Amino acid sequence: MPAEKYSSTPNSGLLSDIDDIIRKHQNRDGALIDVLHDVQALYGYLPEQAMKRIAEGLSLPLSKVYGVATFYSLFTLEPKGQYVIRLCESAPCHIRGAVQVLSAIEEELKIKPGETTPDSKFTLEFTSCLGVCGVAPAIMINDQVYGNLTPEKVKEILRSL
Amino acid sequence: METVRVTIDGQEVEVPSGSTILEAARIAGVDIPTLCYHPDLDVKAMCRVCVVEVVGARTLQAACTQPVSEGMIVKTSSPLAREARRMNVELILSNHPQDCLNCIRNQKCELQTLAEKLGIREQRFERRSRTKNNLDISSPSLVRDMEKCILCRRCVAVCQQVQGVSALGPINRGIDTIVAPVGGCELNSVACTLCGQCVHVCPVGAIYEKDDTQKVWSALADPTKHVVVQTAPAIRVAIGEEMGLEPGALVTGKLVAVLRRLGFDKVFDTDFSADLTIMEEGHELIHRLQNGGTLPMITSCSPGWIKFIEHFYPELLDHLSTCKSPQQMFGALAKTYYAQKAGIDPKDIFVVSIMPCTAKKFECGREEMTDSGYPDVDVVLTTRELGRMLREAGINFATLPEEEFDAPLGISTGAGVIFGATGGVMEAALRTVYEVVTGKELPSVDFTEVRGLEGIKEATIDLDGQKVKVAVAHGLANAKKILELIKEGKADYQFIEVMSCPGGCIGGGGQPIPTNKEVIKKRLAAIYDADKGMKLRKSHENPAVKALYEEFLGKPLGEKSHHLLHTHYVKRGKYKI
Ligand code: SF4
Ligand code: SF4
Ligand code: SF4
Repeated sequence: MPAEKYSSTPNSGLLSDIDDIIRKHQNRDGALIDVLHDVQALYGYLPEQAMKRIAEGLSLPLSKVYGVATFYSLFTLEPKGQYVIRLCESAPCHIRGAVQVLSAIEEELKIKPGETTPDSKFTLEFTSCLGVCGVAPAIMINDQVYGNLTPEKVKEILRSL
Repeated sequence: METVRVTIDGQEVEVPSGSTILEAARIAGVDIPTLCYHPDLDVKAMCRVCVVEVVGARTLQAACTQPVSEGMIVKTSSPLAREARRMNVELILSNHPQDCLNCIRNQKCELQTLAEKLGIREQRFERRSRTKNNLDISSPSLVRDMEKCILCRRCVAVCQQVQGVSALGPINRGIDTIVAPVGGCELNSVACTLCGQCVHVCPVGAIYEKDDTQKVWSALADPTKHVVVQTAPAIRVAIGEEMGLEPGALVTGKLVAVLRRLGFDKVFDTDFSADLTIMEEGHELIHRLQNGGTLPMITSCSPGWIKFIEHFYPELLDHLSTCKSPQQMFGALAKTYYAQKAGIDPKDIFVVSIMPCTAKKFECGREEMTDSGYPDVDVVLTTRELGRMLREAGINFATLPEEEFDAPLGISTGAGVIFGATGGVMEAALRTVYEVVTGKELPSVDFTEVRGLEGIKEATIDLDGQKVKVAVAHGLANAKKILELIKEGKADYQFIEVMSCPGGCIGGGGQPIPTNKEVIKKRLAAIYDADKGMKLRKSHENPAVKALYEEFLGKPLGEKSHHLLHTHYVKRGKYKI
């Protein structure tokens, strides 16, 4: 894990929070995913120290924790903005104008997919199908889905946040 | 045994129920092509090369995982199955640098063999590299070439299940997937034992030993250097195989002859220092037994094992014997005792080891291993690298005469040679400890309870009233079980032998490809044949070792031994990232 990938090193306070989360899920099957979810909900991402602590706490190899954390696109190993914009990259959205929506977001926020605005307000990412192909093209901002988008509409949404 | 009847390619066969299609087909005489499947591992359905048509099934089935059922009709070579299989291999190849001529696995590569088997002669897909510039040369032992990785995950399975290390894992998903050390970082920055078992299971040239043959060619060509070589016990049962003979061929005399032909000034034997190890370690055990030392005592010959306990159980390091491994004892003596005896300045002596082991390359570079005032061992070559040198030199191995090792560091007993097999260090130690403690001659030198491929073996030995309980583990996942017992205070052993690799050194990460259970059994039998063929079979009867104590060391565990032959260990911890 290259150290520079992680901008903040969690302090010992963080470790005790993580221990609480581990205790909560410990004896359940598939505890790892639940723990990763809760830890990410708490910190907005999965810091390296946290993953080591989880590996220890659940008696799992770190390679396993890391493998699961990188397999699911909803987990992130890097701090994200306050609003995470996930643009659907599947075929129906593509056909209905996702590319134009992407350009509009890039223009409005001056970031590319995978980047976060300097004020840490927005992060832009791709996601696989959101399951709302009926209202393509669609994006998700945090937990909220927005469909039937046009470049104008998406800019309006962003300005309203 | 319950059986089911199935039809494979028109032929009806009766097979044990629960067999996979792959196994059933083998019974029917059909070898369905595979790539990720490995007989010793639990890796399945990653590559989709073994797909077959099952009549009535909606999709093609992976033969390696799909169990047969009564009346099943399987077509392994229908147009649909053949086209899918070929397509899957072509897709793998489209992500693969087809660099066979320059590749370390040329002619020993399962992907190459498969492409040949399927008669692939053209590329329908444009070639694209999944990863770029990903040669990891960070470790002293192994090289990882991520561009060649076909993501079969065999290395992940062996590292986790057989070695209990889990240094490697899949990262990311879909097209971005890679198999790499935790976090995609370099191998040297994770807790890897450098055992090289991943090399044996890798079907392609994605993990291999660091090649040090150039250093040896240069030393041999340097007239100012006195170049001596030591060969580990496990080499004599493997180099023949590397040179094209049957697995398990015992070729001690030819090995000596070929090393002389290559130009080594002296051809010595690690079996000598294995005997010496028994003298030191046996007395260390007796000392700990009689003086309340830390028990159980655990052997320390296997450098992958040492690295493992340093990373994962640093709190148990006091259990390790302080003895250096035979390779390092040899090096320390070559540059002191031998240098004196031969009247050669130690700075001009160059020590080469031929080892079955990739971790030995790491061991010889450890900073503790310089007690002679120089690096005790200069270069370690694996069996495969020696094979490479012999092929380049064009020496006809099969027609060589049998020659003898040089004295004094080439004189050994049968106890030394069994160091190459799991249980061998234990057996050698018991032969000596019994006679030293009881003063009686052993009725039989064969301790068969500690032989064989059982993961953990146990035995109890009666030393004239004092019972000593011992255990033997090979494969680090087995060692881990014993360490957990020690941690919980539940281990009632006094002495434990651990070797990193399945089968012991004969199954080491530097041995010929392929190394698998079947081959290991043959090498194992050859090791015990070698022992049986020796005139002397107990380390304390080795005349050269006796002379060494008289002329130089004094007594076992004496001051000189302490300085040259014993060492200390490093608390490493798990997450050095
Ligand atoms: S890994 Fe196999 S197929 Fe790939 S370049 Fe090497 S020999 Fe050729
Ligand atoms: S060398 Fe051994 S410990 Fe290291 S990755 Fe390979 S199998 Fe795992
Ligand atoms: S490195 Fe070798 S064994 Fe490991 S996944 Fe890649 S091809 Fe398979």
